[in-house]
Amino acid sequence: MVVAKRGAARVGDDPLNGVDMAEAGSITVDTHEAPHHEQSFWGKWVFPTDHKMIAMQYMFTGIAMALIGGYMSYAFRMQLAFPGQSVPGYGIVSQGEYNALVTNHGTIMIFWVAMPMLIAAFGNFLIPLMIGADDMVFPRINRLSYQIFLISAIVLVASFFVPGGGFGGAWTAYPPLSANSAYNLTPLGASFWIVAVALEFVAFLLGGINFITTLMNSRAPGMKMYDIPMVLWMIVIASILFMASVGPLIAGAVMLFMDQVVGTAFFDPTRGGDPILWQHLFWFFGHPEVYVVLLPAMGMVADVMCTFARKKLFNYKLILFTVFATGIISFFVWAHHQFIAGIDPRMANVFTVTTLIISVPVGEMLFLYIATLYGGSIQLTTPMLWALSFIAEFLIGGVTGIFLGASGADIYFHDTYFVLAHFHYTFFPIAIIGFYTGITFWFPKMFGKMMNETLGKIHFWGTIIAFNCIFIPLFILGAAGQHRRIYNFQNFPDLAGMQDLRVFATAALLVMLAFQLVFLFNFVMSLLKGKPAGKNPWKANTLEWTAASPPPHGNWPEGLPNCYRGPYEYSVPGREDDYWPQNVPPDTAPAE
Amino acid sequence: MAEHEEHTGHGQAHYVRIWGILLVLLLISVLGPVLAPHIEDAAAGAGAHFLKGWMIVILTAFGIAVYKAYLVAANFMHLNIEKRYITLLLTTMLTLMLLFFAGVSPDVMKHKGQNWENVAAEAEIDRALKAQESNAHSGEHHDGAEH
Amino acid sequence: MTTRPIATTRSATGIPTGKLAVWWVIVSEIVIFGGLLASYIMHRLGHPEWAGYASHTNAWFGGINTFVLLTSSLSAVLAHHAAEQGDGKKAAKWLVGTCFGGLTFIGIKAVEWTIEIQHGYTITANGFWQFYYTAAGLHALHVIAGCVIMLIIANDARKQLELQRVELIGIYWHFVDIVWIFLFPLLYIAK
Repeated sequence: MVVAKRGAARVGDDPLNGVDMAEAGSITVDTHEAPHHEQSFWGKWVFPTDHKMIAMQYMFTGIAMALIGGYMSYAFRMQLAFPGQSVPGYGIVSQGEYNALVTNHGTIMIFWVAMPMLIAAFGNFLIPLMIGADDMVFPRINRLSYQIFLISAIVLVASFFVPGGGFGGAWTAYPPLSANSAYNLTPLGASFWIVAVALEFVAFLLGGINFITTLMNSRAPGMKMYDIPMVLWMIVIASILFMASVGPLIAGAVMLFMDQVVGTAFFDPTRGGDPILWQHLFWFFGHPEVYVVLLPAMGMVADVMCTFARKKLFNYKLILFTVFATGIISFFVWAHHQFIAGIDPRMANVFTVTTLIISVPVGEMLFLYIATLYGGSIQLTTPMLWALSFIAEFLIGGVTGIFLGASGADIYFHDTYFVLAHFHYTFFPIAIIGFYTGITFWFPKMFGKMMNETLGKIHFWGTIIAFNCIFIPLFILGAAGQHRRIYNFQNFPDLAGMQDLRVFATAALLVMLAFQLVFLFNFVMSLLKGKPAGKNPWKANTLEWTAASPPPHGNWPEGLPNCYRGPYEYSVPGREDDYWPQNVPPDTAPAE
Repeated sequence: MAEHEEHTGHGQAHYVRIWGILLVLLLISVLGPVLAPHIEDAAAGAGAHFLKGWMIVILTAFGIAVYKAYLVAANFMHLNIEKRYITLLLTTMLTLMLLFFAGVSPDVMKHKGQNWENVAAEAEIDRALKAQESNAHSGEHHDGAEH
Repeated sequence: MTTRPIATTRSATGIPTGKLAVWWVIVSEIVIFGGLLASYIMHRLGHPEWAGYASHTNAWFGGINTFVLLTSSLSAVLAHHAAEQGDGKKAAKWLVGTCFGGLTFIGIKAVEWTIEIQHGYTITANGFWQFYYTAAGLHALHVIAGCVIMLIIANDARKQLELQRVELIGIYWHFVDIVWIFLFPLLYIAK
């Protein structure tokens, strides 16, 4: 393709001008010195453009929001276990507050914990480092995306303190409940909520553009498409899925906001609107969204598994194409969330078929991961334990999804705790296990210190065992017919007798929350007094392990690396070391 | 020079030509609804009874819109010389919107289906159509502030 | 001006990073407007009484605005042509002209909406009008945002800086024009 010549700018302004682009990305050694400039306090810590700093901002904001979301789950589970009693550290949970707690717990965990930690924090930190670049392609847009994200978080937290309190219409915000303040009793909270969500979408659209463009364009010389670490593929494909699916919901959010504030009737059936439209707009995004958060977690698990099994990823290309297929199919399944909403049964047939189909590629990926482990020299470090538990727990989540994907069974299961347990068995591995997999693995690179392995393992076992103790009872309760979003099950004679299970689940939640203190302690202690990590404590292949720990501004001041091979060349026969970093030039003599 | 510019799809004269075509198309699309009844009558007179007024409007208004969009995209946005996969990416997004329409319209556009009926919407349509009829009969043309 | 990371200058795909990014912006905007317009079309096709409501839009206002945007698209691409040839000052002039076209569009819309609101066709009047104002309003916001960014880029171009951005804002502007090319028949012609 002939690229039209661009106008010539001043010398040194933009090297793109007038240069044939095909040559710019060819294999030349990039010893161009990274731009140096003194960073002021404000420029480094408060308004950074450095991708690593922005990653930290996203991560710590995400951790703060996770504490808030976890606190909320504590409050409403205490209410469920001990109805009507004052919750220590909260007070009495009123009916309206209960609604607000479950609504905001869900909203926060998905939009302000899972997405920022998995995509924004790890994406920002890893993408430039793993492709051998000195930063993202648009550092200032990167900064802007975090600022918009922070504002969205502040708007959401502010919603708890406005008259009427936080929005109580469930994270799915179905109208007319969400559109009409006469129904939801939280008019200000509802509007703050929708504005916060819309801002968060804008922040992630901006961030996504950075991630996609950087991965497509700024790879190290020699890094071809199939040399890219799987975690980066996953983060970028997730960004693309997000970008392609969120549009209708942004349109819907505008419509909902107008209904709330201006008095339009987009979703008001008494005035010619259609509430089902909102459901479709929401779930057309909502289903791809779960893959948006799933893929980065699976990517991190892949990288960790290969490093600690000392084995290459089993059929990298097949996994990649399976991910493409999953992403595409994910656009065809959304109405399985609406089976009993009154959609046409003929459409329900279609969506049942597509939903069952999508379980195939996802299951296939899990099998490929297990195949990666087979025959490897497995080291059960803390990150590896998390990665393995992801596979086990997500398997349960995925299998229980099949019950729900069959519309006939879903008629019974919809809106029960069975659904809730299903999506916690998927979301918890994604958001929480995925985060811990990534943080325990990349902590040495991020902070230059090693985390304590013993504390890490204690934290792991406590969390995993407690997690299962919370949600297995909820499967049982759901199968018995226990509905979601109910304030007090003592009001239901058929379900009141199962209170022991509810108390048990709540007790397990308290245990799980307590074990997170172990992680926080480990985190802070390792930051202050951990063993120095060195560049490559795990003996991994990917490019980030060739930078200093932590990498300085510009990542490789001595010159950006080149890439000579794929990311998973572990235990290559005939080589002395069981790993072969991507940036090491090929041996002059053949390996075999 | 003009030929060279036309050949490469670049150059001032080429852009102005495209603009001219766009304006002509705009004129046709505005005149479409005005001329449609006359064309329909003429076609009926010539024996082509299938050609209805609304078909002409759709063709002129939307067909032309599609073609105008194509002209702007290909010539002004230079998709005609851009890498092919960019066009593929953009058309994929359009296809997603078709998918959205296909999946949602059975519930939102139609008000009746297998074992269900959107009573509220049908009542609203009935009410509004009756009100419009009575307005037309009474000679007033003021149905702006209705629900 | 600012120190730019080496990352920005690389181009493994052959497309300059700025342009690649703008294409992705267009991708996300297609689905935003697509979702809104698809919702409108569904309602419009399902509600025959909307034809009566829609008859009160003024196709001449709409047509003139279409003419204004098409002409501003022409000036945007002429700005790109000038920038390609290295003439920053000319590019800036054409961009300012484009922005003027955008502001004219907004001005005509303001007059049009004032007239319509005075006749009682407000956003809460009925389903058609709520989509009319929401869709055209969202579009107008994009026009305004485009004008602002265009002026910033024109200012740089005037000083022979960042000329490659002239094409980029042009691509955005053409997209805004294309959205209107579809809004026009949807809101004004189909009656």
